[in-house]
Amino acid sequence: MKAFWLELKEKRVSYLFVAPFLLVFALFVVVPIAIAIGLSFTYFNMIEPPRWVGWSNYLALFLEDDVFLIAVKNTLLFAAITGPLSYALCFVFAWLINELKPRIRAVLTLLFYAPSISANAFMIWTVLFSGDAYGYINGILLYWGIIDKPVQWLVDPRWMMPIVIVVVLWMSLGVSFLTFIAGLQGIDPIYYEAGAIDGVRNRWQELWYITLPMMKHHLMFGAIISITNSFAAADQLQALTGTAPTDWATWTIVQHINDYGYVRYEMGYASAMAVLLFITMVLVQRLVQRLLRRIG
Amino acid sequence: MRLRISNRRIARSTAGDVAILIFLGLGAVYMALPMFYAICQAFKPLNELFIFPPQFLPRHPTLSNFSDLFLLMAQSWVPVSRYLFNSLFIVAAGSAGNVILGSLCAYALAKHDFKGRNLINNLILFSLMFAGSVLVIPRYLIISFLGWINTYAALVVPAWGTTLGVFLMRNFITHMVHDSLLEAARIDGASEWYIHWRIVMPIVKPAWLTLIILNFQQLWGDQGGMFIYSEELKPLPYALGQIIGGGVGRAGVAAAVSVILMAVPITVFVINQTKIVQTMGTSGITGE
Repeated sequence: MKAFWLELKEKRVSYLFVAPFLLVFALFVVVPIAIAIGLSFTYFNMIEPPRWVGWSNYLALFLEDDVFLIAVKNTLLFAAITGPLSYALCFVFAWLINELKPRIRAVLTLLFYAPSISANAFMIWTVLFSGDAYGYINGILLYWGIIDKPVQWLVDPRWMMPIVIVVVLWMSLGVSFLTFIAGLQGIDPIYYEAGAIDGVRNRWQELWYITLPMMKHHLMFGAIISITNSFAAADQLQALTGTAPTDWATWTIVQHINDYGYVRYEMGYASAMAVLLFITMVLVQRLVQRLLRRIG
Repeated sequence: MRLRISNRRIARSTAGDVAILIFLGLGAVYMALPMFYAICQAFKPLNELFIFPPQFLPRHPTLSNFSDLFLLMAQSWVPVSRYLFNSLFIVAAGSAGNVILGSLCAYALAKHDFKGRNLINNLILFSLMFAGSVLVIPRYLIISFLGWINTYAALVVPAWGTTLGVFLMRNFITHMVHDSLLEAARIDGASEWYIHWRIVMPIVKPAWLTLIILNFQQLWGDQGGMFIYSEELKPLPYALGQIIGGGVGRAGVAAAVSVILMAVPITVFVINQTKIVQTMGTSGITGE
């Protein structure tokens, strides 16, 4: 106890610096997470007080809920495709843009970043892929005679997932992309000069031996963003394919969570799903972290 | 210094340059075309929104969607300027608090050594992975316990605790601020407070400008949800959302609304981005 007070006194500046943020963080993030984990072991309909039910929420997920298993499969598929792809796109575009002259760089950064920042602009895709002849894609294909009746892009399970992926990738040049650009521009030119003297001959060697190692922190950050975004996708999917998609073809875990939490008012059950999703994400993050350590 | 920067490039093959330009061009088309359509939609008269075959460009561009929107807004009993003020206040207070509290925490986490540092780092990292939607109810309970329901604080204060910013700032401070610089400042008798605001923050300006953009984007889209029920405290996106909830007849107005909603964060981004680029040219030198 005495050692604790000594540490607190000696490092008081550090603790004072972290304290205000940690207070807010604890109150609005840590405590709610703890409450949610607690609720996952209860039956809670938001009207009656929570009733302890042990592991039965978790058991029900795997034994009784077929739609949950479909959601798991969709989420894993969706995350396996959009996670790595969006991550790669963020880095590759940031890296290529960084090579350009400042003015073009600014224009392209805006162009690539705009879709992710502009709120509900992605709703334009519902017009593009609308199932009637007024939809742009259907309209053009009909006009050219490639199809003879409109395709139900957002209702036909064969098309739903691919289209949703295209739209989500379109919106994915967000936080990581900006961080990568800022990070790339923050690399001291001295390292490139030193590299040139040490025999770095082309852009690929420069990328592997200088740029990527200097970007490690940012790459880790971007990876976490990609993981969270791809596993937690729900809103855009729901806006595109509706609240009850055909054959649950684009139904993800977070949509299932929202369904149980806010439509059926089974908060305990929804929390159990959130806990499982959380564990999955932590494991994936660990794996990705291990891979990223090998860079450079 | 400028000269050396422009000469530092290691030889690039022409073939590689061409391949990159083609790739970037394709990417730019994929990103820009839908945005372009979204903007075009707002300038089409209602009858052009539903024609076959669909036209990308408006044949008779019109501002009537916007004037209709302003007419509708003028009819609302809470003045639009009040909605706008609410939005701007929430965005400004939320971002400022997040940058100030977050940067202080990030500096200590990046450059100070103290017990519990790893624990805090891990908590921040893991909290990013918990599905936000199940946290709404616990958060609601806490906010109502604090008596903040139906106040600005219900939207502003939780934004201060957003972890993304600390995470981002910590990375940049670890990476861009050299320990030798901090040591020199400490030997000269500078306090940690002074070091943070006068030395660390100017160096990582790109990081907190980026953070402001992210905050803006987050908070600007917030409709107030269950935390705000008084009409006069609701933010602008809520008011606009009410207007476009009017069905097919409002399709043109809805397109105008989405253009306005996207124009604001993009403007903020452009202003910040020019500043980011300006600081970037010198950051390598100040960092040494």
